[in-house]
Amino acid sequence: MKPLLMLLVITAPAWTKDTCLECHAALEGRLGKPAEQFKDDIHAHRGFGCAACHGGDPSSADPKVSMSPSRGFRGVIPRRQVPEMCARCHSDAALIHRFKPQQRVDQLAQYRTSVHGKRLAQGDLGVATCADCHHAHGIREVRDAQSPVHPLRLPETCAGCHADPKHMKGRAVGTAQFAEYRNSVHWKALAERGDLSAPSCATCHGNHGATPPQVKSVAAVCGGCHALLEEMFSRSVHKVAFEQMSAPGCVTCHGKHEILPPSPKMLAGDGSVCASCHESQSKGARAAMHMARRLAELQAANERSGRILARARQSGMEVSEAELRQREAADRLVKARVAVHTFDLAAFEAPVKEGLAIAAETYRSGEEALRERDRRRKGLAFSLAAILVTIGGLWLAIRRVESAPPGELGR
Amino acid sequence: MAVTETEPARRGWFEERLGLDSVRAFLRHKTVPRHSGTMWYYFGGITLFLFLIQVATGILLLLYYRPSPAEAYESVQFIMTRVEFGWLIRSVHSWSANLMILTAFIHMFSVVFLRAYRRPREVTWLSGIMLLGLALAFGFSGYLLPWNTIAYFATKVGTDLAGDVPVIGPWLARFLRGGDQVGGGTLTRFFGFHVAVLPAVTTVILGLHLALVQKFGISTPPKVEEEARRTGVPIPQMPFFPNFFLREMIAWYSALAVLGALAALYPWELGEKADPFAPAPAGIRPEWYFLAPFYTLKLIPSRVWIFEGEVVGIIGFGLLALCWVALPFWATRRDGSERTRLVTGAAVLLIAYLAVFSALGYFR
Repeated sequence: MKPLLMLLVITAPAWTKDTCLECHAALEGRLGKPAEQFKDDIHAHRGFGCAACHGGDPSSADPKVSMSPSRGFRGVIPRRQVPEMCARCHSDAALIHRFKPQQRVDQLAQYRTSVHGKRLAQGDLGVATCADCHHAHGIREVRDAQSPVHPLRLPETCAGCHADPKHMKGRAVGTAQFAEYRNSVHWKALAERGDLSAPSCATCHGNHGATPPQVKSVAAVCGGCHALLEEMFSRSVHKVAFEQMSAPGCVTCHGKHEILPPSPKMLAGDGSVCASCHESQSKGARAAMHMARRLAELQAANERSGRILARARQSGMEVSEAELRQREAADRLVKARVAVHTFDLAAFEAPVKEGLAIAAETYRSGEEALRERDRRRKGLAFSLAAILVTIGGLWLAIRRVESAPPGELGR
Repeated sequence: MAVTETEPARRGWFEERLGLDSVRAFLRHKTVPRHSGTMWYYFGGITLFLFLIQVATGILLLLYYRPSPAEAYESVQFIMTRVEFGWLIRSVHSWSANLMILTAFIHMFSVVFLRAYRRPREVTWLSGIMLLGLALAFGFSGYLLPWNTIAYFATKVGTDLAGDVPVIGPWLARFLRGGDQVGGGTLTRFFGFHVAVLPAVTTVILGLHLALVQKFGISTPPKVEEEARRTGVPIPQMPFFPNFFLREMIAWYSALAVLGALAALYPWELGEKADPFAPAPAGIRPEWYFLAPFYTLKLIPSRVWIFEGEVVGIIGFGLLALCWVALPFWATRRDGSERTRLVTGAAVLLIAYLAVFSALGYFR
């Protein structure tokens, strides 16, 4: 089969016509749509025709010949056979290398390990196959913004099934993931800031090998991006405690899909995540409250310094050096938030103290800039008064000169 | 002139060596015509005053400024934050440069409307136009010196436009930049133009301009002359010293007050340090006095018939500037009569164009 496929591809540009497209383009509805969609398909751009997947003889205008099983015509690909059909080329390293040397060729192997692949093998035809995510006839490259698997569109593509209660009826997973994900910091980074490196579904679950992370692998999944946090957590007392409780690492505190911006409220107060395990007045609860208070203190100090420096800048004062220094205080706040994951008060206090010292220093710079602004304005007022008096004197001198008798001029 | 025995010996000593009596006699006899447009005469003096302020503040800035990409921005920052009254000196230097260009434009248009370019003052007009051109060159070269982002990219755009001048464009752009791109070579070159070449040329042209003003005196508008001829009443004159001089002092002090207020209330910003590898920020535009031609060039399509749009624009501006420079020569007919309406119409159109297109360039 493969040599024939290679022959079809290699000779494709020489074909004078593709009767599949010619006839189907003239048809309407279900039979005409594939021809319309195939115009934008990456396979069409690379010289593949309909026959590459469906078989048949595209050089014959006679449907009985072109769609004859004796010419290899397969018709609609049965859903269960779709992964293998795509893999005929996509698992063929030699063939793929000709078009895209860096592309992986283990998609089918991964798919077979996924929940989708396993359930398909068990005969569940409601699970996703290649065509459900990539489309069947309008397949675009992943980097193409119109591709359903482009990072910006992938969550909606997954949600097409996973957020549909009718489709997911009788399955073990819920349908709230997409709605929750849209509230998360990850979605905001991806969709609002356009950061294509921000995680979407496939980043944590895998794409072709899509599987929910298990309890023991959650920290490793999050640690793929948040490496420092994972390292801190794995050295902390919580690592062992969570294992004993069978709690799944990061998601125990931050949630799974609805990962909200972290705040000191997570540490202390009603509904804090720490309070769900630590009883009030316990050592752990007291440490959490201390951390929350210090983080709030540093944030307030930074905001206060930022406000006074902004006022000074708006008054025309040159405070760029102080503003640069202020960024270091903001860095310390980030470091302190990160250091929470050590669950060690000494490690947490170091960046907090540094940040507070910098914020105090920049606040003093802002105060000095505003004092300097006031001095300048006073100086201006005195100068303008002196100029006004001088102008008045000059005016009086003109009047005196011009009121003098003509003979006096020039004396 | 002989010194009498009753005069103090000290005055005699200076008189013998400096001949001050001849200066006094010159001032005693120098007069300025007095009419409804006399106030416009002060703008030439105000422009000179602002130029002198720039010379003084420029010399003070030179004590700390370092003309290299690695140090220029930091040295200006140092001037503004560490040097005593450095912020004031830099702010006054920048504001006075802008005010000087404004008063130079007012002076030029007042000369046009008062018909002061007429024979025998054609060379005075030409030297004045040269001084305006030099002021714009001072502005363009000085704009880059703090080496901040806006100035860097505005200079890039400006020198790109110079590259569109027919025939000599590529050479001119390379000459201005000191290379293919705006960089350290451009900064040292612009610094050299700003503090050595332009001041030297300006001193010579300014000297010529002032000498010609003294030689031919201050022009009287033809309307005032005609009125005097018709009524037989001589044109009222004001002694230059002290009457006009004292009024000019009031104008200078007023300019100083405006300058001081602007410098203290709106100190000239430094912005972000230039990063040649960063993308150009949005809203890059030149100084306000280049906005009208800049916006016009933006409106011209990229191709006009078979020519590049920017080249057509540059040639158009060149021809317009040439017509304006040659104003004294086409404003008077061969029979000596004036093309008054044509000149007034051209000046009004030019003011309207500069005002509207500068505003569009600023707000769009």
